[in-house]
Amino acid sequence: MLTHLPPEQKLPKSPTGIDGLDEITEGGLPKGRPTLVCGGPGCGKTLLAMEFLIRGAIEYNEPGVFVAFEETPEELAQNVASIGFDLPALVAEGKILIDYIHLDPTEFEESGSYDLSGLFIRLEQAIHRIRARRVALDTVEVLFSGLQNAAILRAELRRLFRWLKEKEVTAVITAERNETGLTRYGLEEYVSDCVILLEHLRTNQIATRRLQVIKYRGSRHGTNAYPFIIGDTGVNVIPITSVGLDYSASAERISSGIPALDDMLGGGLYRGSTVLLSGAAGTGKTTISAGFLEAACRRGEKGLFFSFEESPAQIVRNMQSVGLKLEPWLEKETLRILANRPPIDGLEAHLNFIIRQTLAFQPDCVVLDPISGFLFNTQETEVKGLIIRLIDFMKARGITLLMTSLTRVLQQVDHTEAAISSLADSWIVVRNLETIGERTRGIYIVKSRGMAHSNEVREFRLTSEGVALQEMYLGPEGVLSGAARRARMAQDQAEEQARQLEIARLQETLESKGKILKHRLAVMQAEFEAEKAEILGQIARLEQKQNKPHKLTIPVDEDRPG
Amino acid sequence: MDQLTAGTDLYTLRLYVCGSTPASTRAVANVKAACEKFLPNRYDLSIIDLYQNPAQAQDDRILAAPTLVKAAPPPVRRCVGDLSQTDCLFSALGLNGEV
Repeated sequence: MLTHLPPEQKLPKSPTGIDGLDEITEGGLPKGRPTLVCGGPGCGKTLLAMEFLIRGAIEYNEPGVFVAFEETPEELAQNVASIGFDLPALVAEGKILIDYIHLDPTEFEESGSYDLSGLFIRLEQAIHRIRARRVALDTVEVLFSGLQNAAILRAELRRLFRWLKEKEVTAVITAERNETGLTRYGLEEYVSDCVILLEHLRTNQIATRRLQVIKYRGSRHGTNAYPFIIGDTGVNVIPITSVGLDYSASAERISSGIPALDDMLGGGLYRGSTVLLSGAAGTGKTTISAGFLEAACRRGEKGLFFSFEESPAQIVRNMQSVGLKLEPWLEKETLRILANRPPIDGLEAHLNFIIRQTLAFQPDCVVLDPISGFLFNTQETEVKGLIIRLIDFMKARGITLLMTSLTRVLQQVDHTEAAISSLADSWIVVRNLETIGERTRGIYIVKSRGMAHSNEVREFRLTSEGVALQEMYLGPEGVLSGAARRARMAQDQAEEQARQLEIARLQETLESKGKILKHRLAVMQAEFEAEKAEILGQIARLEQKQNKPHKLTIPVDEDRPG
Repeated sequence: MDQLTAGTDLYTLRLYVCGSTPASTRAVANVKAACEKFLPNRYDLSIIDLYQNPAQAQDDRILAAPTLVKAAPPPVRRCVGDLSQTDCLFSALGLNGEV
């Protein structure tokens, strides 16, 4: 329907400049109309309203008036300094005007009817002074605690919102959340163009923030409750479902750091792909991860290692024991190791940390070790949402991401891992294999999108020269590894040796038999010669007795003795 | 009454009104009557139109109209409304205990 309308007839919108919020609202808040932002205490209403004004002033050249009923200009300046804005400077430039209205109920008496003309005039003055296009009222409900006549207040607020519309300023009005309705004083009845709900949920001691567009008259909008964070660049909404899948796919292969594993993958990992490496404790996940980044550094790329369990120094030391030298790369600043524990500051803040560090360092390859650190005490869907966001973030930038995941012993694959694995392009599993009194590691590829890969299980060994993959030994008992493989191999070797020896022995026998034969032949020849000589002697003697009646021709040497 | 008339404090009062609305007109009449009755010769009342003097209204943190501000003697008190109820007016003037 909307697409058939000429653009100017579509609802004009005022972009907030807030990361993700413009995506959800498909362009921003309704231009020239009031928007209600409601939520409980500490959910980020004031900051959202303030960021809307500041970004409006800086990015869209729309000055804004902030009417503060709760916080003083100094407090507000401190609060926004924490998200990187210099409020006093903006005020000095005339881009932002802060009007602090203090209402002390103990100072007030009420007698008879009144109206809020004072507020209107004050607001009009402020708007006029800086030619404001945006207004924030935070929190207008304070009026209800300062003034008792609710009937008058309601009527006046209704008039205020109408008046704001007439002034054609884009307004954000914050309101306190109520258990039963959206706001304590039912302001949503008056501000009906756009309502945004902020929530601050706590599950298992981990706080998460949610933003939901409850209504948006005349416009499409995302309807989910989106997680958001308040980081040091302000509010950042994470619209999971609106993230596109339109990143380009590279055909370039890069090494996993283990040549034999590259062979198993048919030539290496795709650049920009997401790899999940899972395995039980002590299967060498961190080592493979570090090797992956070390290989990246050797190619002249940059690697970023997020460690959620080990300190950077610990990783460097441990990798040295398997011949991986990380220090030179750390010194060259092509490798960076960042360690922190995820649940401390909440999942969203943690994600934000990863994203910001990644943006700052501009790595080619990133490792998250382990991603199961995210899963600690949190709900699966939330984590999955975050990881989708993270994967998309990395993919959009062509960063190859390796995530490790800790699987519990005796558990084949856990649910979360299965959920994450569907997001990963390649899934490599390292497993402990128990054989005769020994534990060995086997590595195999569960899946690898878009590449021919090996189905073999290979034995994976950590040596002082690095990671070595060994082809599994196929004996009559099946696939063998470790000691079993070695025993089998020794046995086979012995058999082979014995065979060789037997051959040699037989050949020797044959040779000696030949020698015996030759010897015998020589003896027989000699005997023959002797007998022949004797016979010839007899013949000669017999001929002499006959007095030579005729001459005999004998094929024997004349001079031979008789 | 004796105490009051015997008091020496000078009352500084400012009544903020918004044009000539019925409430404003009533408020002006009510304040003037009360002052003449309870604070003869020791009050200084100025009537200020919000539209005419918004800066001063801002200094006095005026939101509602009409609003009566008792600036002196301390404490500062405010009374919003047309001051049709004298209880409230007394309270705002800090005269409660004295009447």
